[in-house]
Amino acid sequence: MFAITIKDLCKEYRVGFLRKRVRVLSDLSLNVGEGEVFGYLGPNGAGKTTTLKLLMDLLRPTSGEVRILGQPAGDVRTKQQVGFLPEQPNFYEYLTGRELLSFYGQLLGLRRSDRRERIATLARELRIDAALDLPLRKYSKGMLQRIGLAQALLNDPKLILLDEPMSGLDPIGRREVRDLLLRLKSEGRTVFFSSHIIPDVEVVCDRVGILVGGRLVARGPLDEMLEARITSIEVTVSRVPPELLEELDHLFMTRPVTKGERLLLTAKDEDALAALLPRLLEHKAVIHAIVPQRESLEEYFIRHVQPRDAL
Amino acid sequence: MKVAAIALNTFKEAVRDRILYAILVFALVMLAGSTILVTISVGGETKIIKDLGLACMSIFGALIAIFLGIGLVSKEIDKRTVYTIISKPIDRYQFILGKYLGLVLTLLANVGVMALGLIGLAYLGEGISSPRLLLAVLFVFLELMLVTALALLFSTFSSPALSAIFTLCLYVAGHLSADLRLFAARFGGAATKLSAETLYFLLPNLSRLNFKDQTIRSLGTEGGTTALSFSYAIFYIALLVLAAMAIFERRDFK
Repeated sequence: MFAITIKDLCKEYRVGFLRKRVRVLSDLSLNVGEGEVFGYLGPNGAGKTTTLKLLMDLLRPTSGEVRILGQPAGDVRTKQQVGFLPEQPNFYEYLTGRELLSFYGQLLGLRRSDRRERIATLARELRIDAALDLPLRKYSKGMLQRIGLAQALLNDPKLILLDEPMSGLDPIGRREVRDLLLRLKSEGRTVFFSSHIIPDVEVVCDRVGILVGGRLVARGPLDEMLEARITSIEVTVSRVPPELLEELDHLFMTRPVTKGERLLLTAKDEDALAALLPRLLEHKAVIHAIVPQRESLEEYFIRHVQPRDAL
Repeated sequence: MKVAAIALNTFKEAVRDRILYAILVFALVMLAGSTILVTISVGGETKIIKDLGLACMSIFGALIAIFLGIGLVSKEIDKRTVYTIISKPIDRYQFILGKYLGLVLTLLANVGVMALGLIGLAYLGEGISSPRLLLAVLFVFLELMLVTALALLFSTFSSPALSAIFTLCLYVAGHLSADLRLFAARFGGAATKLSAETLYFLLPNLSRLNFKDQTIRSLGTEGGTTALSFSYAIFYIALLVLAAMAIFERRDFK
């Protein structure tokens, strides 16, 4: 069974006085397996938040199907096993952190003693225990994000949906959220999260999907997506005669860079490397390292997003 | 329990609202001020106190119901607090019911304070009031429950400003619909009669819930009329709350 099944999902909004239709998502189909960490990437306005809201039944699809843990989105009993953190969450600011979490605990049907225990554990893990008895209006953005994560994890959920969990956090906060995601992954939970902070996605996710203009333009296991494309090969050498460098100039992607006694050569591709290596060996140059340069997720992302943005 | 949690939280939020206290204090001052009128009137002193007291309760209660009711749902959507609540294992109708009951609880507390003030003043005038005063207070409370349900309904689909205007208009129209029908029956043509009849049946008939005159003039009230008025109020309130639930059920939270 998939944790999330999205089939031919379309969402249109009606905007303005004339109620003009604007399509936000088009024919989106996507499955997320149980225990998988799925990164949902896309530029602003791509439809990431809309997808998450459709998954949580905050929006209703124009057409298509959304299933969570095998049940239609919005099924009350299924929601018992799901945790959700909205983008830039906002809470009742007159409540203290403890009161707020206790309120959510009541909505989850947790008993008083369970609530107390769970709140204490989460507060410790998310390092909000010191602020737990302060009203939320005094919380910083990072603290609100933490309390948001705490409410999403209150019911010990099987499936966790997070909308931009790292936005608004400082580097330490981001690191902590990243570690939290890794921990949730190691506990076998399914995590579906949207983000535009690509390095974090790269570290945490098993699979990613890239959404542009309401369409899924790429998806797959991260390793496969990135390994498929070697952008260049770096060769670190020393004792290379300068005239040889001039002769082989057409094989390099960029000019050779001097690093102390060593030289960093960047071969355009595998063919260039095959031509370069015998010539280096002929001249008794010393080869220290050959490192293929793969495309980073960021470059991959930009390559997929830009052509459409240019239209 | 989930509905109770939402209701209690709504109550907590409402009692932090300064508007509530401003209106309540003003109402109590008006109530106390009515004793001045007693000194310049001839006979029937406590009648004036009761008359003004019940009117204060109705008008200021309605203001509280409207001002707090109009933001009941729309504010939750605007401030995005609704996202984390609806994503918990509750039905949408439970949210609406909880919000409504929370505000009704707030009104109960307010009407309670005002009623105590009124009974206290009446006691100073003529000793212990007849139970009829409590009946009038009960119907004022029912009227406020109805106004709250109206504000809640508008709050599920329109902005607070528009909701306030709609609710206020219906509050006034609800008090006048019976008079309008009477007027049309006496002087109007067929078309006027028909439209007045239609309005009479569609609009909440708030004058039906007005037992102030009977209380003040110590007129008898028939049990049948009271029961009918009571059922009418409950039926109308249920209809409004169900409509609010139906609209909220279909809503998108953009």
